[in-house]
Amino acid sequence: MNEKKYAALEKEISPKTPYLRNCIKAFLVGGTICLIGQFVALFYMTYFDFTERTSSNPTVSTMIFFAMLLTGFGFYKKIGQIGGAGGSVPITGFSNAVVSAAIEHKSEGYVLGVGGNMFKLAGSVILFGVFSAFVVALIKTILVKLGVVSW
Amino acid sequence: MISIFITAFVVGGLICVVGQLLFDVAKLTPAHTLCLLVVIGSVLDGLGLYEPLIDFAGAGATIPITSFGNSLTHGAMAEAEKHGLIGVLTGMFEVTSSGISSAIIFGFIASFLFKPKGTI
Repeated sequence: MNEKKYAALEKEISPKTPYLRNCIKAFLVGGTICLIGQFVALFYMTYFDFTERTSSNPTVSTMIFFAMLLTGFGFYKKIGQIGGAGGSVPITGFSNAVVSAAIEHKSEGYVLGVGGNMFKLAGSVILFGVFSAFVVALIKTILVKLGVVSW
Repeated sequence: MISIFITAFVVGGLICVVGQLLFDVAKLTPAHTLCLLVVIGSVLDGLGLYEPLIDFAGAGATIPITSFGNSLTHGAMAEAEKHGLIGVLTGMFEVTSSGISSAIIFGFIASFLFKPKGTI
């Protein structure tokens, strides 16, 4: 069987992806996580000295903490199964990746296991985030120096 | 007051839908999708478009992973504005330090507290 035939056969027998249903699920689960985040942000704005913009830092930390508990007790896996991207795109999904890798590799020891594997999944996000931020900020700085745009 | 909750839900949900479409239609792996979203967030901040979105949607814009790229770029640009080119390096983690440090700290604490049982 050549490659083309194989690809056609694979397409024929693999179940159809329920695009709309997946999107609705991702929307509801992701939206709910952001809604909870908004409540946390409101909490920090009301009881602590944070403004609308500065409240995002403590909010993100709190959501990471919640995700750690959910991951540890095995609930986050279910959220990911139901919500698809709705579970992995919010920062809680990033936290889930770090925490689950840390827990799973515990048996290999704390230095080589936990330390070495913690960012196995999340490391690529940090790498591409940092590098793209570097490039974007560099371009912007140069453009400002040249007087093309302003800050 | 109520409206920020609605916009947070809708905008946050829509960003996740974009992620889901990248999964299903573009057939990207979750890791590729997240990397792409982070890059998109960082480019949007370079164009000055992400801060208005945060003002509009609050946590709907700060909770999705795109905000990670945004805050990296934001810190780098804020510091570059003060100190010139070297600020791009020194300011990189200025804004986003809370996310990274809490992920490391809570992740390590979790490895003490929980037993491995297929949490991935």
